[in-house]
Amino acid sequence: MSGTVMISKPTPPRAVFRIWRGDAGGGTFQDYPTAIDQGMVVLDAIHRIQAEQAPDLAVRWNCKAGKCGSCSAEINGMPKLMCMTRLSELNLDMPVIIEPMHAFPSIRDLVTDVSWNFAVKKQIKKFSPRLPDAEDGTWRMQQVDVDRVQEFRKCIECFLCQDVCHVLREHHKHEEFIGPRFLVYTAALEMHPLDTADRVPDLKNKNGIGYCNITTCCRQVCPEGITITENAIIPLKERVVDNFFDPLKKLFHIL
Amino acid sequence: MAEYRTHPYDVLVIGAGGAGLRAAIEAAGSGVKVGVVCKSLLGKAHTVMAEGGVAAALANVDDRDNWKVHFADTMRGGQYLNNWRMAELHAKEAPDRVRELEAWGALFDRTNDGRILQRNFGGHRYPRLAHVGDRTGLEMIRTLQDHGIHAGMEVHMECTVLSLLLDSGRIAGAFGYDREKGHFIHWPAKAVVLATGGVGRAFRITSNSWEYTGDGHALAYRAGAELVDMEFVQFHPTGMVWPISVRGILVTEGVRGEGGVLRNSEGKRFMFDDIPDLYKAQTADNEAEGWRYTQGDKNARRPPELLTRDHVARCINREVKAGRGSPHGGVFLDIAWIRQHIPAAEEHIKRKLPSMYHQFKQLAEIDITKEPMEVGPTTHYMMGGVRVDGDSQMSTVPGLFAAGEVGAGLHGANRLGGNSLSDLIVFGKRAGEYAARFAKENGPVATDAARIQSVVNEALVPFERGGEGDNPYQIQYKLQDSMQDLVGIVRVESEMQQALDIIGELNTRAARAGVAGHRQYNNGWHTALDLPNLLLVSEAITRAALLRQESRGAQFREDYPEKNSEWAKYNNVVRQGPNGEMLVEKREIPPMPPELTAVIGEMK
Repeated sequence: MSGTVMISKPTPPRAVFRIWRGDAGGGTFQDYPTAIDQGMVVLDAIHRIQAEQAPDLAVRWNCKAGKCGSCSAEINGMPKLMCMTRLSELNLDMPVIIEPMHAFPSIRDLVTDVSWNFAVKKQIKKFSPRLPDAEDGTWRMQQVDVDRVQEFRKCIECFLCQDVCHVLREHHKHEEFIGPRFLVYTAALEMHPLDTADRVPDLKNKNGIGYCNITTCCRQVCPEGITITENAIIPLKERVVDNFFDPLKKLFHIL
Repeated sequence: MAEYRTHPYDVLVIGAGGAGLRAAIEAAGSGVKVGVVCKSLLGKAHTVMAEGGVAAALANVDDRDNWKVHFADTMRGGQYLNNWRMAELHAKEAPDRVRELEAWGALFDRTNDGRILQRNFGGHRYPRLAHVGDRTGLEMIRTLQDHGIHAGMEVHMECTVLSLLLDSGRIAGAFGYDREKGHFIHWPAKAVVLATGGVGRAFRITSNSWEYTGDGHALAYRAGAELVDMEFVQFHPTGMVWPISVRGILVTEGVRGEGGVLRNSEGKRFMFDDIPDLYKAQTADNEAEGWRYTQGDKNARRPPELLTRDHVARCINREVKAGRGSPHGGVFLDIAWIRQHIPAAEEHIKRKLPSMYHQFKQLAEIDITKEPMEVGPTTHYMMGGVRVDGDSQMSTVPGLFAAGEVGAGLHGANRLGGNSLSDLIVFGKRAGEYAARFAKENGPVATDAARIQSVVNEALVPFERGGEGDNPYQIQYKLQDSMQDLVGIVRVESEMQQALDIIGELNTRAARAGVAGHRQYNNGWHTALDLPNLLLVSEAITRAALLRQESRGAQFREDYPEKNSEWAKYNNVVRQGPNGEMLVEKREIPPMPPELTAVIGEMK
C-alpha cells in the first residue's frame, strides 16, 4: 500500500508537548518538541516521544480506537481520551499540555492509580435475574425495553466522568460517594428488564447519591456520549426521593 | 537472592479477556482457589474490540440453523485442517454459553418476539451472530467481568508473566512482575490456564494493541508445549487505511453484513469476479440477490463481500496492486449506498453500526452515512497456537491449559468471523473446568529457586546497559516492518528466508537492549521484555509458513499458489528441540469419525 497523504489543510510539521513527569512524590512539566503528521492523535505523539526521546515515559493505553478507555488524561485542561483527540482540534501554536487525571493518585507520569474504581464496583449488589420466561431457560425482552440500558452499557470505564466530578476531584469524597461511573452502573442494573435486586437504599445510605448536584460535567466529558446526568442519575435520585422522602408515604408511616 | 512476593493458587489464569475470565469463573465455581493475572486493567483486553458478534446456532432468526450447519461452516472455513473435535464441541455448546451470558446480565439486541437477535456474517450459512450493535465484545467482557468479580477470584492487574515454572515436567506456576512498581511476583499453582490472546504486534499494520506479543505462545513453547498451525495468521480484509496513525484499526465485518459493498476506484464491485469453487453454490451471482440476503431473504444467497476473510483480503490486495485502489492504498467500503433501498438510511446505519460511525467521524472526518470508507487488510487474528486436547484444552505439558486465541485447533487454516467470541466462552469454560479438576487431583508443587533467580537476572539486565543499549522500540519496529513485508498476505520462499535472517539479527540486538530509568511503570523496560516473545512467534510463523508448500486458508504462497490435496492431511507442529533449536514438522491429522464425516457430506 502506498504511503501518500493528501494534505487538505496545512499543519505545522512540529509541535511542542508539555508533559507532566513525576510520581506520587511530585513532578514537573517537561517540553518535548516532536514532528507531527496529518491525522495524528495525541497518543501518536506520545508514542513518538517515547520511541525517540523518552523511552521510560509512562502511559497507559490499549485499543487506540476509543473502545477500551485506558488512555484517559487531561489535554489542555480537558479530560479526554488521548487516542481520540486529533492534533488538528488543538492549537499547535502553543505547547499542548498533557497531564494525568487529577482525581486519582499518581503512579508515574500520565499513569494514575484507578484501583479505587474496581473496589467500588465490587460493593454494588450484583445482577439478579427473575426466573426465566420460557421453559428452555430463556427470557423474552423487547428492544424498546433494552434500549435505555444499552445506552449505559456502552460505558468503556475510562473514568473521565469520575475525574471531572468535583465531589471526587475537589472534595475527595471517595469514601462516601461512588461517582458518576458507578451511578451509571447502578442505573444499568436497576433498569435492567430482568433484574430483581433493590439498590435504592444503598444509593442513599452508602453510595452518596445526594452529593451529586447535577452540574452535568460528567455527561459533557463522556467519550461515549452517555447522557449520564439526565438518563441515569436523575432517575435514580427520583427513586431515592420516592422511597425515602415522599411526604404522603411518610404520613402513612406515621399513621 | 531475588526478592519477590508469593501468591499461591490452585489454578492460575494468565489473561483476562473473554477466555481467561470465563475459565476463572468456571474454576472458581468448582471451589478451587483461583488467581487471574493480566497485563492491562481488568476489562481492557482485546475482547473489548470485537464488534460483529458471537456465533451460536440458536436458530432464533432462521430455524434451519443447528449445530451441524455451524460445524460444517467452521470446517469449510478452516479448509478442514481444524481439530474436528473442537469444531464439534464448539458448535454444540456455543448456544448454551451465549444464553448463560444473558443470565449473567448481557443485553443482546432483540428479535421482534423478544429473543436474541442474530445477524449474517462471512462464511456462516444462516444469520448466526448474537450481537449488541457493533460493540458485542464490550458487552461480553463487561458481563464476564461484572459476574467474575463476585465469583471468588483474585485479580492481579497490570502484571506480566516472564516464565512458567515446572516441577518434574509438570506445571508449577508462573513468575513475573507488576508493571506499576516493577516488583517481582511468584504465583505457585497446580494448574495454569493460558488465555493471553494473539501475536498481532509482530506486524506493522495490525488491529491488535501493545499487549499482543505472543506471550502465551512463547511461554508454552519454552515450557515444552507444542504449537500448531503457526503459519495461519488472519489478515482481516477491512482495517482503516487513513489517516496513517489509525492504519490497521478494525472496521467490522458487520458493515458488510448490513449491506455494505466493496468497490474499486472504477466503482466496480470486484468481489463478483472471483468466487472460489468451494463457495459457488452458496454465493449470489448478482447484486440484487446479494442485497436481498443482507435484508433477511431466506431464499437469497449471500453477496461475495461475505466470503471468508482470507479470500476477501487477497482480492483487496489484488485490486490495490493492479492500480485500482483508493487514494490512500485501500479500496472503498460503502454502506451509504443503502439509502437507495432504505428510507431513513442515515438513522438505520447509526443504529446498526454506532461505533463505526463514531470511529470514522472522529478519526478520519468521514461520515459513513454519506460517503464510502477506505479500507485495506490488517493483521487481526492468530489461528495458530498451543496444541491442546479438544475436550480438556490441556497442552502436552501436564497441568498447562490454553483457551481462546492462544489455543489452536478450532479454526484450522482460517477463522470465521464470530467464531472467536464463541471460542472464548466455550473453551474458556472447558479449560477452567479441567484445570480445576487437574488441581484437585494432583498434589502440591515444589519451587524451582534456581530458575526464578535466572528469570530475575535476565529481566534486570537491560537496566545494566541503560541508555547505551539498543533501543527496544526500534527493534520492535524493525521486526514489524520485516514481518509485514516478508511474511504477510502474500508469501514466497526467498522473502521468508530473508525474514529468518533478520529475526536472527534482531535476536542478537534484543539481547543487547538497554533501558534507562527505574522499574516503576517503565514502558521501555516492558517493551524490552516483550521482545523475545515477539521474536519467537515470528520465527515460528515463518518456519511453519516455509514448510507448508501450498496455498490454503490464510496462507497464500506466490511460489505455490494452488491448494495441494497432500497438504490437506497435515498440521504443522512447532516445538523446542533438545538443544534449544526450533523444530517444525508435519503431523498427520487424525481421521474424522464417520458421524462427523456424514455431517460434512449432508451440508455440502
